[in-house]
Amino acid sequence: MKSSAIKLAVLVLVLFSFAAAGCAKKDKTDSKDKKSVTIKGSDTMVHLMSTLAEAFMKKNPNVQVSVTGGGSGTGIAALLNGTTDVCASSRDMQQKEKDQAKEKNINPVEKVIAFDGIAIVVHPENPVKDITMEQLKKIYTGAYKNWKELGGPDQPITTLSRESNSGTYVFFQEHVLGKENYAPTVKLMPASSSIVQSVSADKWSIGYVGLGYTKEGNIKVVPVKKDDSSPAVTPTHETVLDKSYGIARPLFLYFNGEPANNNKMLLDFAMSPDGQKIVEETGYITLK
Amino acid sequence: MNKQRLKAKIIKYFLQSCGSLSIIIVLLIFLFLFKEAFPFIGSPGIGELFHNIWNPVSFQKEEFGLVPLITGSVLVTILATVIAIPFGIIGAVYISEVASAKEREFLKPFIEILAGIPSVVLGFFGLIVIAPFIKDLFGLNTGLTALTGAVLLAFMAIPTIMSISEDAIKSVPAAYKEASLALGASKLETIWKVVVPAALSGIVASVMLGMGRVVGETMTVMMVTGNAPVISMNPFTSVRTMTATIAAEMGEVTIGSDHYMALFWVGIVLMLMTFSLNLISYRVLKKYGMIDK
Repeated sequence: MKSSAIKLAVLVLVLFSFAAAGCAKKDKTDSKDKKSVTIKGSDTMVHLMSTLAEAFMKKNPNVQVSVTGGGSGTGIAALLNGTTDVCASSRDMQQKEKDQAKEKNINPVEKVIAFDGIAIVVHPENPVKDITMEQLKKIYTGAYKNWKELGGPDQPITTLSRESNSGTYVFFQEHVLGKENYAPTVKLMPASSSIVQSVSADKWSIGYVGLGYTKEGNIKVVPVKKDDSSPAVTPTHETVLDKSYGIARPLFLYFNGEPANNNKMLLDFAMSPDGQKIVEETGYITLK
Repeated sequence: MNKQRLKAKIIKYFLQSCGSLSIIIVLLIFLFLFKEAFPFIGSPGIGELFHNIWNPVSFQKEEFGLVPLITGSVLVTILATVIAIPFGIIGAVYISEVASAKEREFLKPFIEILAGIPSVVLGFFGLIVIAPFIKDLFGLNTGLTALTGAVLLAFMAIPTIMSISEDAIKSVPAAYKEASLALGASKLETIWKVVVPAALSGIVASVMLGMGRVVGETMTVMMVTGNAPVISMNPFTSVRTMTATIAAEMGEVTIGSDHYMALFWVGIVLMLMTFSLNLISYRVLKKYGMIDK
């Protein structure tokens, strides 16, 4: 009898220490006088955000900025769950997420800090010269399965996409697939660099990556036509800015409420000439 | 005297709580999984989980069918086990029965190193080396297939199978071997017809434990299997395993959403699978007296 009471006490103690550890962690992130900012979200923007953060910390040594990726969906979920200060996202919030924010008493404020073009990439030996938005849609929804159907050789198409937590995945689904579902046979790769890697290795594959990734690997960027009669456009700084390239998007930072204090300093820095210079250097497109 | 007894008691309870910690953790994890997954039964309904499509992010209808994920995991696990069994068992026989003491000293650390390779490193190696190799070998269009994942997972299962099988073979009484040799059987006949059958229970258990390791592996399969949620038993198609699904999608979901709960159901199915594999191997080992009662 006595021994079981002690056992129970030990058990309670162990559980309690777990709970205490959990609470302690929470208190730390909730404290108001902290000098740290966490940024979480888009994998497309990780390189950009960490370069920005480094330059920002050099200017403001008393503020600690930490940047993690995981995908835009991950960042938005983190903002809604209160586990990050700033969310970097390569897509805008969906209605469903806005509703969830309202439920959780979070007021997401959206700021555009740069633009990005999504490049369609294939193996350099693939003879395809250009591709229309309609063809892309048919490839990714599974209607086209062979390069023959695009006027190429008789070879099956290996279709590569990002994972569903990627902002690029959702943006592509919304703007290229016209909100239709990806075919189940589309291969979902965990990172943009794995898409580049696989396209470099597989002669008959096709994939999409942010412009910043097109400098690596053994790949060819395919110019895109809006429809049959319009000209084929290669994604560049100019074509994205003047909107002649069809698959381009703004890159966002989301805050909970109007940015203040450290968050505002960080945003101002990103919009400043120094910040925009970093945008250009890391392969993205500046606001002007 | 009394003080000392008290001290001994305190130490005993401390050790006891350390020992029972793992049980408590397992129970808490099970409880947590069910707690998070439970509301799914009410809405959108448990029947959703038996559909054939997994498509959690959609502008139209979200689908949470677990079937493609389960078949994906099963296909990769079976393939990996089939590849790992011959290498693991023959390796174990060689090390315990044929190799000289020197060879054994040389081989064993390397098997241990193979077991210790981080799975992400193995996955990277697979993406760069094994996937193109499989693509060329079978004349495929892409190397991102179930088979590629299975080959890499076999690398992870082989050390488990080898070391436990080796223990099993070693524990076969020397009298069996001596009797067989005395009857005029050759060494090879003795190994295959006497030693291995006598150690079979341990070997079966080692295979089960190897499978448990394979089912739960995440990073490697996520990097090389292509992650397309199709229902297929063809080793040359890409598959999406349960582990890769949780790893890839858990970060994105809002806590409490349908997708979140569906991922917890994936976790429950996965845990039940590894749990039963471990239970079977434990039972087999216990029945043949390889675990102290």
